[in-house]
Amino acid sequence: MADIELLPHNVPSQNELPELVEELTTLNLGPTHPATHGIFQNILKMDGEKIVSGEQTIGYIHRAFEKIAERRPFYQITTLTDRMNYCSSPINNLGWHMTMEKFLGVEVPKRAQYIRVLMMELARITDHIICNSILGVDTGAFTGFLYVMQKREEVYEIYEEVCGARLTTNMGRLGGMERDLSSTAIRKIKEFIKSFPPVLRELEKLLNRNRIFMDRTINVGPISAERALSYGFTGPNLRAAGVDYDVRVMNPYSSYEDFEFDVPIGQNGDTYDRYMVRNEEMWQSLRIVEQAINNLPEGPYYADAPEYYLPPKNEVYHNMEALIYHFKIVMGEIDAPAGEVYHAVEGGNGELGFYLISDGGRAPYRLHFRRPSFIYYQAYPEMCKGSSLSDAILTMSSLNVIAGELDA
Amino acid sequence: MLTNQEVAEGLLEKFGDQVFDFEEPYGLLTLSTTREEIIPLMEFLRDHKNYQVIFLTDITGVQYPDNTGKEFVVVYHMHSFVHNFRIRIKVAISEADIHIPTATGLFASANWMERETYDFFGILFDGHPNLRRILNIEEMDYFPMRKEYPMEDATREDKIDALFGR
Repeated sequence: MADIELLPHNVPSQNELPELVEELTTLNLGPTHPATHGIFQNILKMDGEKIVSGEQTIGYIHRAFEKIAERRPFYQITTLTDRMNYCSSPINNLGWHMTMEKFLGVEVPKRAQYIRVLMMELARITDHIICNSILGVDTGAFTGFLYVMQKREEVYEIYEEVCGARLTTNMGRLGGMERDLSSTAIRKIKEFIKSFPPVLRELEKLLNRNRIFMDRTINVGPISAERALSYGFTGPNLRAAGVDYDVRVMNPYSSYEDFEFDVPIGQNGDTYDRYMVRNEEMWQSLRIVEQAINNLPEGPYYADAPEYYLPPKNEVYHNMEALIYHFKIVMGEIDAPAGEVYHAVEGGNGELGFYLISDGGRAPYRLHFRRPSFIYYQAYPEMCKGSSLSDAILTMSSLNVIAGELDA
Repeated sequence: MLTNQEVAEGLLEKFGDQVFDFEEPYGLLTLSTTREEIIPLMEFLRDHKNYQVIFLTDITGVQYPDNTGKEFVVVYHMHSFVHNFRIRIKVAISEADIHIPTATGLFASANWMERETYDFFGILFDGHPNLRRILNIEEMDYFPMRKEYPMEDATREDKIDALFGR
C-alpha cells in the first residue's frame, strides 16, 4: 500500500475538456423479438433511452400471394386471404367472396348476409381482444390476457360450427355460406352474447382506469388526425385520432345498413385512445351480433347462382346437374367476365381492399390486396420518435400490426 | 354528395384533354391521365374545396406486356371522406421509359406503396426519398410480378393447365 505512489490528481479545466462526441446506439428490435408479435425488424437509433430514428425491415414472411393468385381459380384464392390477418380471418374470407360477388353480380340472400355479419363481428371481437389484452401484457398485466383468451376460444368453437376450421377458416362460399347456422352454432352464439360482457367488463376494470396502465399509455405514440390521414391510417387507429371513417357506415356492404351501432372515436390518437376505441368497438360488435342473431331472416343461405356456388355435397352425389357444376367449379372451368372492381371491407385493422382485374380467364389477371397494416405501419418511426423504448413497444402493440397482413 | 358525372366534368374543365378514358365500372369513377399531369391532378383533387379527396387508398401497378408503348399502368385509388366518392386514376407508361413522379410529397402513405410497386414491377418513382425493395430481398435482380416470370416451371409436364385447371 505504502509503495504505491499516487499520481498528482490533475483535473482539467473546462476549456481543456475533449469535445463531447454524440454517440448513438443502434438497437435491433426484431425480427424475432417477443415484443414485436410477429416477424418484422426495427433498427432503432437510440440516444440513451430515447429513440432518435427508426427504420423498418419487413417482408420476412412475404409469400407472394398476389403472384400466386394469378394462377389460381377464383374460389381457391379464399385460402390465401385468411393467411393475411390471421386474427380475424373470416373478415378476409368473406371480404374476398363479396368482391367476387360484386364482380359477378351475384345477389346474396339476406340470411347469408346476416350470417356473414355475425361472423365478421365475432372476428372483430377476437381481433380486438387479442390486441387489447396483449397491450395489457406489454404493460405488465398478464392476467387479463389469459382471462379473455378463453372467450376467443369460444368464438373459435363457433367458427368450427360454421366452417369446420378455427384459425385459417376458409369461411363461406362464393354466393353465400357453405352451410346454414346449426342449432349448436346458434346456441353457442347466444351463450357467448351472455358470457362475454362480464369478461370484457373485468378486463375493463383491470385496465381502463388503472393508474399504471393510464400512465404508461396516455400520450404515448400519439398521431394527429391530419398525419394519420396522410399516412393512410384506417380502422380503429384512424378513429382513435378523431376521424370517424368506417367502411361499414360509409359504404355499407352485406346489409350493415340494417344494424344499429355507434362508431367510437378518440381525440389524441395515442395508445390509450386506440385501446379505448377497440374496447368500445367490441361492445358495438356485440350489439351487432345480438341484432343479427335476433333478427336472422328465414330463407336460403346461398344464392341461386349454380355456376359459381359450389353445390351441396348430397346433391353432387344424387343430381347430375349439380355434379357437372361441382366438376366445373373445382376444375376451374368457370370463366369470369373481363373487367375490374375494387371492394373494401372494414377489417380488424381498417380498410381491407381487394382490387381485381380480370381478363376473362379463370384466374385474376391482377389481384392487389390493400392491407391496412402495411400502409399504416410506415408511420411507426414518426410515432415513436423521441419516446423511450418501452413506450415504442406499447405504440407498436397498440397499432396491432399483424405480420401476415403486413407482408402478404 | 357529388355524382361521378359532376366530378368528371370538373376535371375535364380543369385538365382538358389531359384526362381521358372515363369509365364507371361498378360505380367507381375511373379515368386515365398522363405522367406529367398525375401529381397536379392529385393535388387538385386533394386541395380543391369541392372535392377534398384527402385520402390515398392505394397505389399499385399492372403490366400489359402486349400493349406496346404502354406496358405498365400505375393505378391510384383515392377516396373523398367529405363527399364519399372514390376515384381511380390510371397512368400508362412504357417499359423503355419506366418513370413516374412520386406522390410522397402529397401523401405520406405513398412511400411504401410506391416501394412495393417498384419492388414488384420495377416502376421507378422519380423523387422518391427511399426507393428500395420492401418485401423482397435487396439482392433480387428481377421484378417478380412481371408476366415474363411464370409461377411454375414451364418445362414441367405433370401439371398441365388443361387437365388440372391451375
